[in-house]
Amino acid sequence: MPLLEAVDVHGGYGGMNILNGVNMTIEADEIGVIVGPNGAGKSTMLKAVFGLLTITQGEIRLRGEAITNLSPHKLVEMGMGFVPQEKNIFPSLSVEENLEMGAFLKPATASRLKAQIYEFFPPLLEKRRQPAGELSGGQRQMVAMGRALMNEPSLLLLDEPTAGLSPRYMNEIFDRVKTINAAGVGVLMVEQNAKQALRIAHKGFVLAAGQNRFSDTGEALLNDPQVAKSFLGG
Amino acid sequence: MNELIYFFNYVVVAGSVTGCIYAIGAVGVTLIYSILRFAHFAHADMMTLGTLAVLLLTLAFPHAGDPLGLPTAIVMLPVAMALTSLVAVGIDRAFYQPLRSHGVKPIVMVIASLGVTLMLQGLIRLFAGTGSQNLYVDARKEIFRIDVPGVTRPIILTEPQIILFVITIVAVVGLHLFLTRARLGKAMRAMSDNPDLARASGINTRLIITLTWIIAGSLATIAGTLLSLDVAFKPDLSFFLLLPIFAAAIVGGVGHPYGAIAGGFLVGFAETLAVFNWSVLLRPVRDSLPTWLELPNNLALVGTEYKIVVPFFILVAVLIWRPTGIFKGKVI
Repeated sequence: MPLLEAVDVHGGYGGMNILNGVNMTIEADEIGVIVGPNGAGKSTMLKAVFGLLTITQGEIRLRGEAITNLSPHKLVEMGMGFVPQEKNIFPSLSVEENLEMGAFLKPATASRLKAQIYEFFPPLLEKRRQPAGELSGGQRQMVAMGRALMNEPSLLLLDEPTAGLSPRYMNEIFDRVKTINAAGVGVLMVEQNAKQALRIAHKGFVLAAGQNRFSDTGEALLNDPQVAKSFLGG
Repeated sequence: MNELIYFFNYVVVAGSVTGCIYAIGAVGVTLIYSILRFAHFAHADMMTLGTLAVLLLTLAFPHAGDPLGLPTAIVMLPVAMALTSLVAVGIDRAFYQPLRSHGVKPIVMVIASLGVTLMLQGLIRLFAGTGSQNLYVDARKEIFRIDVPGVTRPIILTEPQIILFVITIVAVVGLHLFLTRARLGKAMRAMSDNPDLARASGINTRLIITLTWIIAGSLATIAGTLLSLDVAFKPDLSFFLLLPIFAAAIVGGVGHPYGAIAGGFLVGFAETLAVFNWSVLLRPVRDSLPTWLELPNNLALVGTEYKIVVPFFILVAVLIWRPTGIFKGKVI
């Protein structure tokens, strides 16, 4: 049974549909990457999965269970983690407190998981008492991902995790995503750095005007001349 | 030396008393703002409501404090805090929650809180009348005179003042520990930082809102009661503190509990210093002054009856020159 299935999803904000029939399937051990031009509805699709906007038609299923229009709170309980593109940390809370908030629903496991996150993102360990808002962009992204991982999600949603990061940090974040996935977490992420992202993707979804234009394995999309020409800048 | 004792009694003690009350009031205002994002104008009358609960309980059990050697009002304080918290949560469910779920602008919430304040004022007068009543129902306020060697004038502290200092310290330390150590306290700060992310982390924001009202209601009861113990219960006593309390919250930086405490003491001491008669301190040097310079009897910056202009001035000055306050808070 697939981890995440989206079937013909329509939806948007305040009656205006942005998604006009999106389909995607991700298995439990896969990384799915959504790419596409600006305004294609990439982030909107991610938010639709996380219950942040109203789905007017279609269905989303998590491990076969319908989760269409469930509240984010409920979805977190069901094992979904979401890292927004912006405002994805608690700036005045310390790094450690940011992580603790990620485990809000499972306080008993917090200290064990915190140790794991510090092992996984070593720069956070020495900054753990510092307010997260004082960290650099790349470290903030680590805090944001760490926070979401504290809930031990089975599906991690990442909205442009490398936006605004230097190439060094970009590669580091992609490496981390691969490691997270290797540890058994399904990942669905939206990326602007389409080529690099598709390289680590098992599945790629090229969205345009709120619909799937191409859906295939990451490798196949990278090698597809049509995708390369229209969406990956040649 | 007498003059210094006078200064201590009328500035240090009086300023601390006012500062404590403003601080506790401002912390409540700032907490509500940081979680619910609106200026809660009904906070002062919530203070009065809490004090009314204390008054009614004290009238019902006038001797409950005797075995402990404490004023009955203090023994009744925890009960009144619980009752007021309950009312505060009820007010939120009945008036603010429906508006929130409609996604109204903050100004609508502010106007709603003005409505709540008018309603509370009516209810309070219905139960307590319009006159003033002593919270020491069946007892006497103890006054401590501490003699300083070599000085004729004693340091004067009253029992309610000492209780006020102790309870303020306990409340502030308790709140600090809650916000920095407790899981729900941290979640409260998280929600103040970033409500959307708090929701995405699985934090139950409704629970945090309820908790905020419980803390705000309790702190309001403490502030109102401590003030009325020092003065007396009057239905409009706390209402006149609305301006200084908001001034304190804004000076400290809205959304910062520690800023609100600092702001409370700043406004409290500014007020006290402004109405203090500086002529008293100059009396010892009166004889050495040149004859053409006659020391006036009153050298206060403003008359006591114009005390309210001090917080008003501070408020205007802060809003013009540093709208985020000392600790860089949010702009209301």
